[in-house]
Amino acid sequence: MTTGSVWEWIIKSVVIVFGLLTGFAYLTLLERKVLAKIQVRIGPNRAGPMGLFQPLADAIKLIFKEEIIPSRADKIIFVLAPIITVIPALIILGVLPFGGIITLFGRQISLSLADLNVGVLYITAIASISIYGIVLAGWSSNNKYAMLGGIRSSAQMISYELALGLSFIGPILLSGSMSLHDIVAAQKPLWFVVYQPVGALIFWIATLAEVNRAPFDMPEAEQELTAGYHTEYSGMKFALFFMAEYIKMIAVSAIAATLFFGGYRFVLEDQYPILGPVWLLGKVIVLLFGMIWVRATLPRIRYDRLMAFGWKFLFPLALANVFFTAIGIVLEKLWLIPLLTIAVFLGAVVMVGISETRRWRSHVF
Amino acid sequence: MDDYKITTDALDDVGHLISERALKGETVLLNMGPQHPSTHGVLRLLLELDGEVVVNCIPDIGFLHTGIEKNMETKTYEKAAVMTDRLDYLNTVGNNLVYCLAIEKLVGLDVPARAQALRVILVELQRIASHLVWLGTHGLDLAAMSMFLYCFREREMIMDIMEMVGGQRMMATCIRPGGMWRDVPAGFEEAVRQFIRIFPKRIKEYENLLTRNPLFLERTKNIGILSKEDALRWGVTGPMLRASGVAHDLRKVRPYSGYELYDFDIPTQSDGDTYARYLVRMEEMRQSLRIIQQALDKLPSGPVRSNNRKFVPPPRAEIGVSMEALIHHFKLWTEGFTPTKGAVYEAVESPRGELGVYLESDGTPKPFRVHWRTPSFLNLQVLPLLAKGHLVADLVALIGTIDIVLGDVDR
Repeated sequence: MTTGSVWEWIIKSVVIVFGLLTGFAYLTLLERKVLAKIQVRIGPNRAGPMGLFQPLADAIKLIFKEEIIPSRADKIIFVLAPIITVIPALIILGVLPFGGIITLFGRQISLSLADLNVGVLYITAIASISIYGIVLAGWSSNNKYAMLGGIRSSAQMISYELALGLSFIGPILLSGSMSLHDIVAAQKPLWFVVYQPVGALIFWIATLAEVNRAPFDMPEAEQELTAGYHTEYSGMKFALFFMAEYIKMIAVSAIAATLFFGGYRFVLEDQYPILGPVWLLGKVIVLLFGMIWVRATLPRIRYDRLMAFGWKFLFPLALANVFFTAIGIVLEKLWLIPLLTIAVFLGAVVMVGISETRRWRSHVF
Repeated sequence: MDDYKITTDALDDVGHLISERALKGETVLLNMGPQHPSTHGVLRLLLELDGEVVVNCIPDIGFLHTGIEKNMETKTYEKAAVMTDRLDYLNTVGNNLVYCLAIEKLVGLDVPARAQALRVILVELQRIASHLVWLGTHGLDLAAMSMFLYCFREREMIMDIMEMVGGQRMMATCIRPGGMWRDVPAGFEEAVRQFIRIFPKRIKEYENLLTRNPLFLERTKNIGILSKEDALRWGVTGPMLRASGVAHDLRKVRPYSGYELYDFDIPTQSDGDTYARYLVRMEEMRQSLRIIQQALDKLPSGPVRSNNRKFVPPPRAEIGVSMEALIHHFKLWTEGFTPTKGAVYEAVESPRGELGVYLESDGTPKPFRVHWRTPSFLNLQVLPLLAKGHLVADLVALIGTIDIVLGDVDR
C-alpha cells in the first residue's frame, strides 16, 4: 500500500460523501419540482433561478434552528439516533462501481472505492442498520407518536427484509459472484432486468419500504402519527433523518441500477470510461423519478397490511423467483426464467385479487 | 416509575370516561388533537390504544366554539344572516339558505322564481365544492396527497363563481330573506356552464386515481361499517345515512326552493362502510351537476327579491323618489322587521346531512332563540362506534369519511 493509494481512497471517499450530500440537497428540489408538476402547482421558484438555491436556503434555515431535546427524553440515545441513521446511508455506496478505469495525471484510477468480494452482503448488512436509529429515535423521544412510529418501522423491517434479501439472489446466481463489479461485468451482453423482471420489481417495492417512502411511509405517517419517529426532533437533528432518507433513496436507486439495469454501462462507455458515472446518474434519476411518481399517486398502505403483503405475497414470490432462476440456470435455458417468473407473478396477482375481493365481500376486516 | 402513573386528577373533564384498564396502564392513552394534521380542524380525540388498535375513542369538542347561536339573538333577523356563513364554512350558501327559508316561513314572505332557481344553482355548486374539500382531505388523510390539490383546482372555479355573485369567495351571504342580495352578473351563466363542461372529466380523473385502486380499497372497504339501524338510532343524516342504505334526502322528501322541479336521483349504497360513503358522495357530485344544468337551462327571468317592502329594503333608486321607500329603508336598517310570535323549524339537505334551524320569535325585531341542528355534530357521535377495533390509521380515514366541519359542530 503506497501513500498514493491512501490519498486516492481518501479523495474518492470525500468525493462520494460530498456527491451524496449535494445529491440529497438537489433531490429534495427535484422531488418538490416533480411533485409540483404532477399536482398542477409551480413548486419552489423564489430562491435563485428556478429555485436552484432552495436547498441551500433550507439547509441554512435548519442549521440555525433551535434544537430542542425533550426534558424526559433519553438524551444520549436521542442525540445518537439520527447519527446511527445517517451514517449507514453515507457509507452504503462504498462498494458500488461508478465506472470503469480512467487515466488521470498518468495514474490508473478505478471509479469505485472498493471492490469487495461480498459487496452484496455488505449492502444488506449496512442497509438494515439505519432501522436501529429510527427505532431508538422513537423510543428515546418519550413521545407516544414517536414510539408508535418506531414500532411500526421495526414491524415494517421484518416484513420486507426477507423479500429484499431474496431479490438480491437473482443477480448473484446469474453472475456467479457477490461482487458488484462482477455483477456489472456480467450484464455486458444483456441487463439482468430481462432475466429478472419479477426480481427487479420485488427489489424496487422492498426498497420503497426500506427507505420509508410512500406508500410505505408508515413510520412517519404525517396524517396518523403527526411526524412519527421524528416528532420531537428539530433543527439539524431532524435534518439528519431527512438526509438519511433521501441519501438512501439515491443509494438504493444506484444499487438497483447496478443489480438490474447494467450499472454504469451503456452506449459508448467502453470507449470513454468517464461516461460511466454519467450513465449511472441518468439511471438513478429515472429510478428516483419513479419513486417520486409513486408518492404523488398512491395512498398509504396500512402497516398490518404491509406485513401481510410482505410475508404472504412478496416473500413467497421472491422464493419462487429464486427457485425458477435456479432452474433456468441449471437447465442452461435462461429465457425460461422471465417466462416462468412472470407466469408465477401473474398467477399470484390473480389469486390475491380473488381472495381480497372475497374478503371485502365477507365484511371482515 | 411512579411518576408515570396516571391519576384521575391529572386528566381533564373527559377523565371519567376512561376505562379502568387504561388507568391501570394496560392500554395506552393517546391524545389526538386538537392540534393534529388530520382532525380536520380542532377536534380532540382521547384514544385508548392496545398497540395500535383503538379500544375506545372519546371525542372532545368545543375548541372552535364561536357562540354564534347566542350572538344571533342580539342581531336583527336580516343582520344575523351574515353570521350563518361562519357556521359550516364549507357550506356557506347552504347556511344562508336554510336561515332565510326559516325567516320566510316565519313571516310568510314570497320568493320570486328566479331567486329560487339561483339559490338552487348556488347551493348545488356549494355542495360540489364541499364534497371536493371532503374528497381532497379524505385523500390526503390516506396520503394520496395529489387528490387534495386536484380537488382544490376545481373548487377554485366554484369559488370564482361565488366571488362573482357575492363579492367574496367563501362568506358571500348572497342569499337574503325574500330572495337574493342582487341579481347575478353577466358572466355568471357562462362561468357555470364552463364548470359543467369541465367537471365531469375531472370526476372521471379522480375515479381513475381512487375508485379501483387496490390500496384505496384496502384502506376503505369494510372500514367503519355503520349499520342501517345504528345510523337511524344515532340520528345520522346525509351521505352517511344514504351509504347505509336509507334513501333519505330532504331535497326529495320535503322539497324546498323548487327542488321538485328538477330531475335527479338519490345515490345509495348498502354496505355502510367508508368505501360506500365515498361512492355515494362521488355520485352526489354528478347529481348536483345534473340539477345545476337543469336549473340553468330553465332559469326564469324577472326579479330576484320579493317586493314586500315590510321585510325587504327597497332598491337604492327608489329611495330618492319615494317617501315610503325612504321610511321602509330607515325602519328596516335601524329597527328591523318584526315577525309575529311563534316558532319555525326549517331544514335543508346540506352536504353533510340535515341542516336545520329553529327560530323562535317573541314579537320583537330580534329572535328570542336560534338553534341550529347541524349535521356534523350528530354524525360525529358515531365515531366511537365506528372506530372501535380499528387501527389508528383507520381512525384517520373515519374522521375523513364522517366529513366533519368543526365550525358546524361547535357553534
